Parts: sequence; structure tokens; C-alpha cells
Amino acid sequence: MNDAIRIEHMTKRYGKKVAVSDLSLQIGRGELIALLGLNGAGKSTTIRVLSGLCRPDEGNAILLGKSVLHQATEVKAMIGVSPQENATAQNLTVYENLELMARLHGLNRVQSREKIATLEQIFSLDTVRSQKSKTLSGGWQRRLSIAMALVGEPQILFLDEPTLGLDIVARRELWRFIESLKGKMTILLTTHYLEEAEALSDRIAVMSQGQLCAVGTAEELKQQTACERFEDAFVKLASGKGEGMNA
Amino acid sequence: MRTFVFAGRVTKEILRDPLSLVFGVGFPVVLLLLLSAIQSNIPVEMFRPEELTPGIAVFGLSFLSLFSAQLVSKDRSGAMLQRLFTTPMRAHHFILGYVLPLIPMALCQGLICYAVSLCLELSFTVNLIWAILCLLPVAGIYIGIGLLCGSLMTEKQATSICGALLTNLSAWLSGTWFSLELVGEGFRAFAELLPFSHAVDLGRAALSGDFSGIPVHLLWVAGYAAVLLTASVFAFRSNMKQ
Repeated sequence: MNDAIRIEHMTKRYGKKVAVSDLSLQIGRGELIALLGLNGAGKSTTIRVLSGLCRPDEGNAILLGKSVLHQATEVKAMIGVSPQENATAQNLTVYENLELMARLHGLNRVQSREKIATLEQIFSLDTVRSQKSKTLSGGWQRRLSIAMALVGEPQILFLDEPTLGLDIVARRELWRFIESLKGKMTILLTTHYLEEAEALSDRIAVMSQGQLCAVGTAEELKQQTACERFEDAFVKLASGKGEGMNA
Repeated sequence: MRTFVFAGRVTKEILRDPLSLVFGVGFPVVLLLLLSAIQSNIPVEMFRPEELTPGIAVFGLSFLSLFSAQLVSKDRSGAMLQRLFTTPMRAHHFILGYVLPLIPMALCQGLICYAVSLCLELSFTVNLIWAILCLLPVAGIYIGIGLLCGSLMTEKQATSICGALLTNLSAWLSGTWFSLELVGEGFRAFAELLPFSHAVDLGRAALSGDFSGIPVHLLWVAGYAAVLLTASVFAFRSNMKQ
């Protein structure tokens, strides 16, 4: 069993609106997969279900052998999530935010200190470690948010729009961080930036109106849609003109 | 362990908001000084320190509702709580984490209130310790109201209800500022269905050494505290499932 994530016919509704419909997808261990789609495609809902924030109405998802339906607490112990918004405790310092997440994931004081020191170095957070989170710029808050997702030593990492609202330099820096994580853990990333998906991911899954339209490498998706540019391939798939091209 | 880690974070959030802290402790003390000054000029039975201090101590605790409602509703409005929901924390870790830091705060408020009263005219007896301990179940009521409102309402709504509205209502219905009988029998009967007057009478009974008067008021207060705290757990759990 080499799948880190196995989504089985998962459906999630909000009232009458179907946010995710009959989604099935397998993600291998150590793989980085980008989830692409227009607004309302169901990307964030998929992450919410996989991270145990809400239950699927139908189907199931198995993360490293644990079901989100029946073993949600065990699932939560194995994952790290960096939400779309800046999810930091505003009155806590950078160090305190990291320590909070480390301790909640079960690390003791010594382990937390060591892990935080490593992450501070990787993300250059040591220069701002005593600053309250609310005083950080958007770019620093993003770094902190991703570091907070990593501090619990997750085996699966969910990054929901990690570079949203960042300038190009900050975005490129984050790309480097994310690339450095490849192979060490399974990463599911949602993004609106097509070049980000193309540059970072092993495979790309395209969603439209809650359904999975296609899965494959950027090259495969271009071939499937007979497009030269990935952007054209995405538009074709996301607008429903690429039907029948599911991987 | 997770409860204490989360409680540590909540404590830091409270201590780093000194304005509400100073207001919660300072305002009741100012009232105590003011009413004691009135008492020394125009003696009023209700404003004798033995009668007034338990009432002001309970009034001070009403600010705990504001603190707890703000804490929870602010957390809910941001993405931080969503992040915390993706950790292995369960509902009881959250609720206990919110409640634990507020208990020493309630005791501190009570201690300061009684200490100020001792500096005025209140005589020290061992009953004073019982009166302060009796504030614990009362704190449960106010923390429960705050957690419930914070779990169900927006920050603005929760702040309005647990701020001006609750502090005033609980003051009027507590029998601290005026005798409930003076308003009328209906008003008194209504007030006695709520926990606020029982909370004040509990403190008065403990302070005066009337131990036979304690159980009935303690039952009302502890009952309300248990119901409100349980309701807040369910309300918070429903947030986690949304």
C-alpha cells in the first residue's frame, strides 16, 4: 500500500450545493500534487474534508491507512495544514506560535525547541522570533504559517493557496521552501497560479464544479488537451471542454 | 497536556490585553470605593461592607463573560481556530483550555475586591476565605455564559451581549444596588429564578457565617454553572463539526 491518500467516491454538500462530487483520487507517498480549479471548484472543501474539518456526506478518504470518517483524531496527528488565511495567534510571538503547534502535536519541550530551531533556520524566522505575529508582513506571516504546519512533523502536508497575495520575490522564496520538502512528505497544494503548479508538482489534478476533470503531469495534461501551453490546457479542462480526458 | 498547552496560550492572550484586565478589576474596585464613600456620609443598610462586598465581587466576575466571549468569538472569526481544529485537540481540550486561565483570574478579582474592602471597613474573619471560595461556582456561571455566547455569536454580538447587557442585567437582578422587594414581588420572584441574586446571597451567607443559608444558594449557582458550561461544550462541539 504505497498510497498516502486514497479518496474514495467522496461527496460533500453544503445544503443543496454540491461542493465536491464523487471524487476519487490516489496520491502516493512523498508525492507533491497540485489541485487546480476555478473559484468554487471544490479545492478548499477537499482539503477541509481531508484534514478532518468536516465530514464527507458520502464516500471516504484514507490517509496513511486511517479513515477520516472513523479515525479523525489519528488522521489529525499525522497531518499539517497551512490554511488560505493567515492562521496565526496574533498576540503570540513567532516562537510562541511555533511552540504552541509543536506541543499540541505532542512534542515535548526539548523536542519542540530543537524542531523550532531547525524551522527558524530554514524559514529565516530567527530574525523575527520575538516579534508578535500581528506585527509581521504578509510574506513573513505566510512563512510562519507554513512553518507552523511543519512543526508537528507531519507525514502529509496540506497547503491551501500558500502564496496567495505574495509579491513575486516572496513567492519564489516560498517555492524554494516547498521544493525542499519534496520527497520528504506527501504534499497536497491548492493554487490559482498555474506556473506554481507546473513548477512544483509531480502531478496536477484539475477540478471543476466539484468534480475531478483530469489528473496527470503538466506535460500529460497538455498532450491530452492537444494544447501547447499549460494555461490553455487548464482553461480547456476547467471550462469543461476537455471532457473524457480523465486520467 | 494539550489542555494545559492551550490554556497557556489563552493566558498569554488575556494578559496581553491589559485594557480589559484593568477594566475588569478596576471598575468594581472604583464602584466599591464610591459606594463606601456614600455609605460613610449617608448610611444605607445595603451599602454596609458585609452586604456590599459580596455583591461587588459577583459584579466583578460578570466581566469574565466578556473576556471569555471575546476570546472564543475572536478565535472563531480568524483562521487560527480552524488550524487548531486540524490538530488532535478535542472539544474538552478547548473548553478546559479556555476555562482554566479564567479561574485564577476570578480568584484574583475576588481577592482584590475583598482586600480593598478590608482596607475600608470590613473586618477580617475566617469566613472571608469561604466567601472568596464561594466565588468559584459563580465564576462558572459567567464563564459558561461567555463561552456559550462566544461559540454561537459573532465577536460584535457576543461583546454587546456579554458586555453592557449582561453586566447591567446581572447587577440589577442581583440585589446588590437595591433591594429586590422594593421593585415588587413579581420582580423579586423573577430575579430569584435567575442565578445572580443567589450568587450574591451565597457570598453574603458565607461572609456572615450563616452556613445553613449556603446550600440553597449554592445549589442554584452550581446548577446554573453546570448547565451553562455543558451547553457551551455542546455549542463549541457544533462549531468543530461545521
